[in-house]
This record gives sequence, structure tokens and C-alpha cells, in this order.
Amino acid sequence: MTAVRSAALTAAGRPIAGSRRLSFSWVGLVPFFAYVGLFLFLPTVIIIVGSLTTKEGALTASNFTEIAQGYVVKAFVASITISAASAVVGAVAGALLAYAVAAGNPRGILRRTVTSGSGVLAQFGGVTLAFAFVATIGTTGFVYLFLKDRGIDIYANGVWIYDLAGLTLIYTYFQIPLMLIVFLPAVDGIRPQWREATESLGGGSWHYWRYVAGPLLAPSFLGCTLLLFANAFSAYATAAALITGGGVIIPLVISNLLTSETGRAQPGLAKALAIGMIVVVLLVMSLYTLPQRRTTRWLR
Amino acid sequence: MNRTRRLKLQAFRAVVFIVLGAFFLVPIAAMLEFSTRGREINERTLNAWGSIVRTPDLTDAITASLEIAAITCIAMLVLLLPTMVWVRLRFPGLNRVVEFICLLPLTVPAIALVVGMVPIYRWLSINLSSSILTLSFAYLILVLPYSYRSLDAGLAAIDLKTLSEAARSLGAGWFTVMWRVVVPNMSSALLNASLLVVALVLGEYTFANLLAYENLQVAIYYVSLVSAGTSIAVAVASLLFAFALLMILSFVGRPPSPIAKAEDADISVGQTVGLSGGLIGRSR
Amino acid sequence: MTVAGRSGVEVRLEDLRRKYATTTALDGLSLTIAPGELVALLGPSGCGKTTALRLLAGLEEADSGRVIIGGEDVTGVPANRRNVGMVFQAYSLFPHMTAQQNLEFGLQLHKVGVDERRKRAKDMLELVGLSAHANKFAHQLSGGQQQRVALARALAIQPQVLLLDEPLSALDAKVRSRLRDEIRRVQLEVGITTLFVTHDQEEALAIADRVGVMQSGRLEQLGPPTEIYSRPATPFVAEFVGLTNRMRGTVRDGMVDVRGTRIPLVDSGVANGPATALVRPEAVTLADNSESGDGPLVGTVIAVAFLGAMSRVTVDLGDTTVLAQLATSAASLHPAGTKVRLELRPDPVLIQREEPTSTAS
Repeated sequence: MTAVRSAALTAAGRPIAGSRRLSFSWVGLVPFFAYVGLFLFLPTVIIIVGSLTTKEGALTASNFTEIAQGYVVKAFVASITISAASAVVGAVAGALLAYAVAAGNPRGILRRTVTSGSGVLAQFGGVTLAFAFVATIGTTGFVYLFLKDRGIDIYANGVWIYDLAGLTLIYTYFQIPLMLIVFLPAVDGIRPQWREATESLGGGSWHYWRYVAGPLLAPSFLGCTLLLFANAFSAYATAAALITGGGVIIPLVISNLLTSETGRAQPGLAKALAIGMIVVVLLVMSLYTLPQRRTTRWLR
Repeated sequence: MNRTRRLKLQAFRAVVFIVLGAFFLVPIAAMLEFSTRGREINERTLNAWGSIVRTPDLTDAITASLEIAAITCIAMLVLLLPTMVWVRLRFPGLNRVVEFICLLPLTVPAIALVVGMVPIYRWLSINLSSSILTLSFAYLILVLPYSYRSLDAGLAAIDLKTLSEAARSLGAGWFTVMWRVVVPNMSSALLNASLLVVALVLGEYTFANLLAYENLQVAIYYVSLVSAGTSIAVAVASLLFAFALLMILSFVGRPPSPIAKAEDADISVGQTVGLSGGLIGRSR
Repeated sequence: MTVAGRSGVEVRLEDLRRKYATTTALDGLSLTIAPGELVALLGPSGCGKTTALRLLAGLEEADSGRVIIGGEDVTGVPANRRNVGMVFQAYSLFPHMTAQQNLEFGLQLHKVGVDERRKRAKDMLELVGLSAHANKFAHQLSGGQQQRVALARALAIQPQVLLLDEPLSALDAKVRSRLRDEIRRVQLEVGITTLFVTHDQEEALAIADRVGVMQSGRLEQLGPPTEIYSRPATPFVAEFVGLTNRMRGTVRDGMVDVRGTRIPLVDSGVANGPATALVRPEAVTLADNSESGDGPLVGTVIAVAFLGAMSRVTVDLGDTTVLAQLATSAASLHPAGTKVRLELRPDPVLIQREEPTSTAS
């Protein structure tokens, strides 16, 4: 084999690994790296450089200090609030769903349907999702009218669907399926022998959850909640379709800056905000990967 | 497990499935209801659906989005697959680097990335083309993580080194190796990756909107300002289309690698699928 | 080191029945285990042995019948109040706890104080020879070590009964035989009544005081290992435990005539007529067949399997093949291809009435 191999390779003009590589081989990598360099790194560099320069091109930190403005801070707080709220609700509901699914037949049709359905719904977002909720509980929505006919006006104290509260509710629509998908493997990893061992050692349900299943699932649960947070924090399209005018959350602030006159006067601010978002998401995602490592070892 | 506990568990499961099932199905049913409303109360009509084809903005946008999806898909296969094969065979040390780069877009929110894209697209539209099809360049970045994952799984399942060496020792050039050895053995991974690309491109809003192009999702939004019923009808249609795509995925897209339990296959597809357009605000 | 455990209690299973949707797992199982005795339930998968164990543990409920431990009817009592110690086949150690913590957990559930817990856990780990690994996690221990920890954990709470569900099946062969003797040693030292479930007959015969062979939810035979082996009560037991040659013959006057040799029967009251005799390989010896031509027990050696001290020789008699098991030194005189004459020792055999279908072994 070796003789044939070296013959084949020398016939192609390339030496075997170890010695000098002909530059010919490197050519094969150029398209990918060139492309990624142009469309991934270049924009990143543009953002970084732009956030540190004024419109005239001088180095400055003013773009970052501008973040301390009232409306920006408010948007940050709103973003974090919605993301945290929808993450927590999504995590709890998704975890319950994962437990319900894992307790059933692993090859059954129910499980397949729920998992596939979650795959669809986790990616169902943006404009279509916003409209789905408008059609449901908007002022001419089916459920709203249905309840109104029976005397329940959910908007008696104001139409909240277009507010933060509505946005949080809508976000849970894709948060719960996402939680199912990322948390189910952990729940699957819980072996029935652990429950039975606990019982034979004298423990009941409470002991099992408090000392065995709880501690085992906690790292993964927290990690997945963080993932949901990052997910909601980055979401843009749903809010854009639902909320007109006004940057209530950071993504909307950024889009306003990109499309408005005031924005064109402050190009650095949008970039600074973009960096802010990237930093937050990076931080959260790295916190997500840490507990996952321990969990995979336990729940293999 | 004793009987009382089993009953309690079944009751719990029933409650969870019914409550969450309702929560998820009601909005979809509501969309169907809304999009079939007629003039009178309780009148059902398919007018809104029909007007989809009668609205040139929509049909143009649908065509454009499908074209972009096709271009992005082909570009992804042409760019990513050969690179991954090449790295595996020639530069195994760079595997981690390529993987890191391909998974980077997962951690960069689309709304943040687009800020840096704006100047680039401004330059593009002046010097190259202002066609909406240029969106493919940006979308290719967005699909990198999902495509990489799919192709990676497919490549892991075949012994690339041995196959390519065997082919080369028989006299095959690199193109032949790719086209007649690698690709046929990765058909389900390729299909998987392609369907994910299509799903993502059709659902993408952020880039299109802020780079001032009118793709499918942007068109749906504009139509909604004019006719709510039509916009919801096309929203349902795109949802059903995505559902059909992902159903196909779940049957075809199973990687042939050794998966110990059937449920692992579900999860790996589900994870890939769920991550598709699911994470970090692509379509959202 | 002797642990101040309880002396064993008697365990009685009375007419247990358990049906699942499509199968009957247990069809009226009755069994009494004497205090301090180790009974092995042996049988193929699906015979009900694991179900019986789980009913005894309280992890499942019987459709009918009773479970009595130490004179107390525990039939309806849930598992966590039965005070039995259970060792599972695999994966039962809590992965987020060290070996020591695994042991202390059970003691904590039994409301043992902190200092006493620590001491008892240490003592048990010493009993199974794993003191040095007290602070290791499951994934840091080998399969055999994990099972020893599982055993220690089950015994730490000083249960009345010890239950082992195929504890050695997931282990390598070498580890298996060592651990098997270890389990028996510990069981004898503690003196606890034990039920051991396995599908491996060698295990069952090696360590049990009595062996219960099960099939399709019923107990086929219950007795000391030597009895199970040399006096199988039913054809199933004869075939399942040890190897058997099926040889056609005729029953006449309380003995069976097999290819010219008369062999006594286990049950001498059997009616005359054609039958299949179940002959153990150890009862078959080889003699030279230099010139005496042919006979009903003359054949050619077609294979010799070297098993160490013993060897198993396969002889082709023309219309059937017979296995003989003998000392390697004797077997080496008859390599493959040589002609031999078989001799059947007059050990009492079991017979099966001729069925029209099956005559091959």
C-alpha cells in the first residue's frame, strides 16, 4: 500500500506529509479563507474600527460613552428583561416538556412528532411569528374576540401585545421548542437505575430529585437557560414586525440608527452597540459551554 | 415503578402535552382562520390566498428568495465541501481552525453583523451589482455553522482518507475524487445541509431589511401594511413549506454514522434543525 | 473483617404471578430462601428471573401472590420501605458522587448520623477492598470496581436481603470470575440472605447454595448445584445446564438401550419404547479403534477443542455427532481424523420421548 501510495502521490507532484509542502496545496484553502475574510472578518473589523473612530476618522471612545444615554440604557434594560423573562419561562416549560417526552417510548410516534415539531417551531420566527400572534390575540384576533364575546377583555387595561409583555409572550413561542431540543439529551441521560437505586436505598421521590436527578440536571438546565437568553437577546425580526417606531430593545435601536437621519450622523454609535451585543452574547455562550462539559461526562 | 406513580406520571404527561399543544397549535389555527375570513361573519373564503399570486411584489419576492436560496446552496456546496475535504486530507491540523471559523457566526447576532455589512454592500451595489441576488454572499456566512455541522457529520461517517487514496491510486484526479467518490457517499448529509440552507434563506429578515432588499420576509411585512389577510396567508404558506422541508429532513437527513440509539438520531437532526435559523436572531 | 450485620432472615415468594400486555412474565412462582442462603435464579432471557427479583425488591407489583421477608408480608410495600439491598447490572452508581458519597447516601436516607455514616461507609469499602478508591467517581473506576462499590453500597444500609440482578454480565470474563468469588466471600462473611439472578450457568453453579432453573415464568427445578447438574429434572434443565448429547435409543425394563450400551435411567418407572437419551459429554470416553472395524459407537474425530485441562472432542458417528469431554492428556491421543470407539459410562440419564420432528441436537 505504501509503495502504491507514494507512487500515486509523487505522480500528482505532491510530497507525503512531513517534509516541505509545496505551495500548490495551500491554493486549495484560498477560496474559503478569502471569502470568510471578506464577509465575516471584514465586517467585524469595520464594526470594531468604526466604533472607535469619529465621523472624521479620529480615534475616540465617545461612541461607547454615548451608550450611557437615556434611551439606550432603557433599551438595554428592556432587552435584558425580555431575554431573561422569556428564557426563564421557556426553560421551565421546555424542561417540563422534555421530561414528559423522555418518559415515553423512545421510538414512539409522540416523541418523533414533538421533536420534529420543535425543530420547526424553534426556527419559526420573525415576521410570520409576529403575524401569528396578531391573528391570535391582536385586536381583531380570533382568541381575543372569542374571549371578548364571553366577557373577558384581555386588553381592558391597555393593549399590551405590542409592548414588552407581548414580546416576551411571543418569544416563548420559539424558546420552549429550543429548550426541548437542547435539554432533552440531558434528560435522556438520566438512567432508570439511579431512580431504582435510590428507592432500594430507602429514598422517595423527594430524595431522588433533591439529591440525584436535580444535581445531575442542574448544570445543563442553567446552561440551556443561558442559551435561551442569548437567543432572545439577539432576536430582531419579530420585534421589528410587531413594534413600529421606537427602539424599545437594542436590536431596534440599532436598526433605527442604520435607517434614520440621526443615525447617519452618528455612525459610530450603531457600531458600538453592535460590539456591546456581541460581547454580551459571547459571554453568555461561553458560560453555556462550561457546564455542558461536566454534564456530558456524567450523563453519557 | 408502582401503579400510583405510573398514573401520576401519565397524568402529568397528559397535562403537559395538552397545555403546550394548545399553546402551540392555537396561533397556527388562528392564522388559518384569519386568512380565510370573508366579508360577513363566519364566511370563509380563499380570497387572501388567491391574492398571493395576484400581488406582483409577493411573487417577485418569492422568486427572488428561491433564487437566492439556490445560489447560496450551490455556493455553500462548492465552497465548503471541497475546503473541508482538503483540510481533512492535507491540513488536519487546521481542522480546529476551520471548525471555529464556521461556528463563529453562531455567536454573532445578525443584527450586529449587519452593521458591518452595510458599508460593504454599499460598495458592492456601486461597483458590482445592486441585485438582490448579492444577498447570497452574506447568507453564505449565516449558513456556515449549520452546513458545517451537517457536512462534518457526513464526512465523519465515510473514511475519507482511505477512499480518496484508493481513488487516486487508481488514477483519479481531484475533481473525479470529489464528484464520483465523496459526493455520492454523502448524499444524505448534502441533502441535509441544502435543506437547512433553503429553510434559513427563506426565513431570513434581518439582513434583507437592513440592507434594503425586498426578499420574501420583507415583502410579507410590506404586504401586511396593505392587506393583513394576504400577509397572513403567505405566512402560513411559508410555515407549511418549512414544515414540509423539515419533515423531509427528518426522514432523509439521518447521518449514516453509528448512532447508538434511535433517539440520538432524532436529537442530532433536531438539534441541527433547531439550530437552523433558530439561534441568534437570523430570521427572528 | 466481620461486619456487625444482621443474621439473615427467611424470604418467601408465594405463587407470584405477573403479566404484561402480551406476555406472562411469572406464572405462579413459589420459592423459599433460608436465612443466610444464596439462591441463584438461572434461565434464558425472558424466563422471569429478573421479574421475580424486582418483585422481591418492590420495584414492581405482582398481579397476585405474596412476598414475605423475615416473616413480614411486604407484598404491597413500596421499594423504599422494604430494606433490601440491590445491585444492578450496570450504571447504578450516582455519577456525581464519589464512591464514599455513594455509600453515605444510603446511610443518610436511613437517617444515620454524619460521623457514623462516614465510619460505616469506610468499613464497607474496606470489606470490598476499595479503601484506596473512596474518593473516586464512577467514571474513574473500572467496571469491576464499580460493581464492588455497588455491592458495598447495597450492604452499607444493613438490609435484610441482598438482591443481585446479573451483576457480572457487563464485565470482562476474567473480571467476572474474580468478582463472582468476591461476592460469595462477602455474602458468607456478612451472612445475608441473597437472591442472585443470572443467565450464566457457570456463575450459578459456582457460587449458589441452591440453584433455581426457570423457563417461561416457572421454576423448572430447585436444588443444590450438583443435583441440578447431574440429576436434571426436565429436559430443559438438562439442556440449559451443561452440554448434552441427544442419542436415540430404546427403553426396556427400566434402562435405556443406546447404540448397544445399556444405561440406567434417572426415573426407572418410564414405559418401554423409543426415546432420546440425554448423555453428558463427561460420560463419553474414547477408546482406540485399531482393528475392530465398525460398530454403532465407532466414528471419526472431526474436531478437538482445547479448553485447558479438559478438551472437548467431536466425533462423527455417521448418522449423528457426539461430544466427549475428557482430560487433555487423554484427548491428545485421538487427534482429528482418527477413528475411535466411544464408550458410554453407566451414569443415570434422562430421556425424552421421541418427537416426530426434532432428533438433531
